[in-house]
Amino acid sequence: MKLKPNDKLDIHNILKDLDKYHPKRKGWTWRNKKSLKMGAFEYKQTSESLKNSVPLPSAAYLGNIDPQPDAVVTAEIASGRFEDDIRRMRMAAYHGADHIMVIRTAGQSHFDGLLEGTPQGVGGIPITRKQLRAQRKALDYIEEEVGRPINYHSYVSGVAGPEIAVLFTEEGVNGAHQDPQYNVLYRNINMVRSFVDAAESKKVLAFADIAQIDGAHNANATARDAWKVMPELLVQHAINSVYSEKAGIKPENICLSSVPPAAPPSPDLKLNLPYAIALREFFDKYKIRAQMNTKYMDSSTREATVTHVLNLLISRLTSADIQSTITPDEGRNVPWHVYNIEALDTTKQSMVGMDDLLGMVDIKDEGYLYDKKREIQERAVLMMEEILELGGYFNAVEAGMFVDSGEYPERNSDGIMREIDGGIGANSVVKRDENYMAPVTAHFGYNNVEQYDPSAKDNPANLIDGSTFEKPDKIQYIDELDETDNVYLRMKENEKYRNSDWLKPEVEWLGDGVVTVDLFFPAPKKIAVEAAVATGRKMNLTDVEAIHSEVLHPSEGTRVQIKGRVDFDINVNDLELPEELDTIEEEVIYDYVKKNPMKVIAGTGGDDEHSVGIREVLDIKHGGIEKYGIKYEYLGTSVPIEKFIDAAIEMDADAVMMSTIISHDEVHYKNMQKLHDYAVEKGVRDKLILLAGGTQVIPELARKNAMDQGFGRGSNGHQVASFLVKRHKAMKNDEN
Amino acid sequence: MKERKDDFKKRREHLKDMSDAELKKYFFELADKMVDPLVDLGHKYTSKSIERSVLLRMGFSSIESKAIVDKLAESNLLSKGAGHCVYRLARDKGLEIRDAGMLLSEGKHIDELKEALVHNET
Repeated sequence: MKLKPNDKLDIHNILKDLDKYHPKRKGWTWRNKKSLKMGAFEYKQTSESLKNSVPLPSAAYLGNIDPQPDAVVTAEIASGRFEDDIRRMRMAAYHGADHIMVIRTAGQSHFDGLLEGTPQGVGGIPITRKQLRAQRKALDYIEEEVGRPINYHSYVSGVAGPEIAVLFTEEGVNGAHQDPQYNVLYRNINMVRSFVDAAESKKVLAFADIAQIDGAHNANATARDAWKVMPELLVQHAINSVYSEKAGIKPENICLSSVPPAAPPSPDLKLNLPYAIALREFFDKYKIRAQMNTKYMDSSTREATVTHVLNLLISRLTSADIQSTITPDEGRNVPWHVYNIEALDTTKQSMVGMDDLLGMVDIKDEGYLYDKKREIQERAVLMMEEILELGGYFNAVEAGMFVDSGEYPERNSDGIMREIDGGIGANSVVKRDENYMAPVTAHFGYNNVEQYDPSAKDNPANLIDGSTFEKPDKIQYIDELDETDNVYLRMKENEKYRNSDWLKPEVEWLGDGVVTVDLFFPAPKKIAVEAAVATGRKMNLTDVEAIHSEVLHPSEGTRVQIKGRVDFDINVNDLELPEELDTIEEEVIYDYVKKNPMKVIAGTGGDDEHSVGIREVLDIKHGGIEKYGIKYEYLGTSVPIEKFIDAAIEMDADAVMMSTIISHDEVHYKNMQKLHDYAVEKGVRDKLILLAGGTQVIPELARKNAMDQGFGRGSNGHQVASFLVKRHKAMKNDEN
Repeated sequence: MKERKDDFKKRREHLKDMSDAELKKYFFELADKMVDPLVDLGHKYTSKSIERSVLLRMGFSSIESKAIVDKLAESNLLSKGAGHCVYRLARDKGLEIRDAGMLLSEGKHIDELKEALVHNET
């Protein structure tokens, strides 16, 4: 199967013959970093371009360039239905994601074993062999389409870590969270069990060349004052990184998950920058996965986006090997399609926009920045000294040393306490006997196969003629276990909307019918919120819920966003699609203009200072009409309407091109009428071609307002030149 | 931990004259000391999940691995390694690995295995 940009990905096809599918490659891939020359610009911190992608919106004015930053960029996608997530993964890849992370369903870390089949998840998806295989298979196609390897990622934690690590290796997963401290502190899984299991898990990850991300960022999200936990974060990173290295993972696959702990209105950079430097200085042999702040996220997507841009500034002022993206709607719901894409675009826009920042500014190595950095490092060292004094890691956890809200050495007696023989899986480890043996590849510790075959010492799996790591055909594939909860049933329910002529609005699942409405009421918040919900119901929405509100003024007004469901759908055959402006062949235009020289008067009309759009349509550099030999006189912005016609008469022009961006109170259409009326008044309307263009111009309405043609959003010089030639020709014929 | 005011200034006395490089080196020496005993646990112990992960690699499904490991744990054989038990039964009986595993999951031949692995080592 080869994906084409204009064809939808067929989920049925992905699910077909999954029992026989094996991933085409294993291990993590970094981007191919390089300096780029693109359009009129040069970039230093970029990577190889994509074959297929969606550039940033403003690229339309810059030749549609789409420079990709140097860091691997993450999208976390897990809506509860993996089949719908596949479509989102493809969208994400087009917007620059090459690290797709799948969040697990609530409760999976306490499940003693592997889940199978494809049940629906809550707040994530159940990670199973079938689900992994389907998504990896889809990503194998998608990465061909975009022309860049895509790293697939999930979590090796909980009480079944080693099995999940084996599953990930078999199914071609490329990145994984693995940090026993996460189990201990946040999942209350027994600490001894967690560390014993982690050794095996890490050994397997090392074999599969899987990049590992630690769990330290969770301390930020948990601690009362996130910035006070900074010294401890260094300690947590150290425990997992050093443990991982000792278990066999190479340093360049050990990634520290680091979040700038603070967010505005705290002085963001003043708190976050020294910390970011302290961390990167100590851990320079490992990689940095720059996570974004979620601790201080509310329901405002605007506020979250600004916090995340500041996080990206920290990344550019220091470093980021993997740049995470947090969706700006995470504070109010499980992320929707569009917010994953917004987060990716925010990241691409910021990273490319801050290209080569450190080539221009220096980080001070004295004063506040240095002193604070050093202080954080020393506090971390002191914390480790005390952990050892207490008798080591386990004793320190028992004493409640971790995630205390005091900045170490200050203690507030509110840390997380766990007992060495407490928690899930307490007393569940078993001492290996003298003749313990494990005849498989990537087993931590002594395999002890020599007792049966000395020649198998370096390849223990030789004893069983190869393990699944060498012989994937040995893998036992289970399709479904639950007849009442699986992908086939879910797909049957919304089949009407799959690759058909029927459409229904959607935020996360095919045909979910969810829409948002953005409202303002001149009322206090409490009233406005209820008024918004009532409005949604009057609009015939069901399941109406306010998802965001913000006070513009305590009494003058409140903005409210609501979501709700519609229960209708749309057939595309009933739609009247907007006309497409046709073009004529470029050679024909060149030829005509050569024989019939044409001159155009252009500018932005009325009180309007916008000029980017019309320059695009005029200038030869952007493929404007000048390219075809059409001469133009540019009058600038805020041109009085009469001046267009007066200038056209004076210069004996063939056409007037009026740009009009501001559309408030329909002023753009009023100006068109005015332009026409004045031309009539001056007696030149028959001799002049009058064109109007702008992002809010609808061609049909422009014609109704007496223009010969209107050009809306996305119009280009070729279309305008084509029209000018056709109209000019017709007018000449009329004359004759 | 007991409440305590920030006594950083007092505690850092012995660190303040270290260079940045010395501080970093010391930090990782301490990290090694913290982590070494934990790594040692990994060498000495195993768990049901580790043993199931071994069986997965030997070509058993998640459901089969769970059944085998549960039976072996009941019989105190996990300390020998689940993969070891399966391998040993297959070898002694001339069976395929998978067939031996399925027998163990049904609780068959456990006593013989015990005899072979516990009483007469190898």
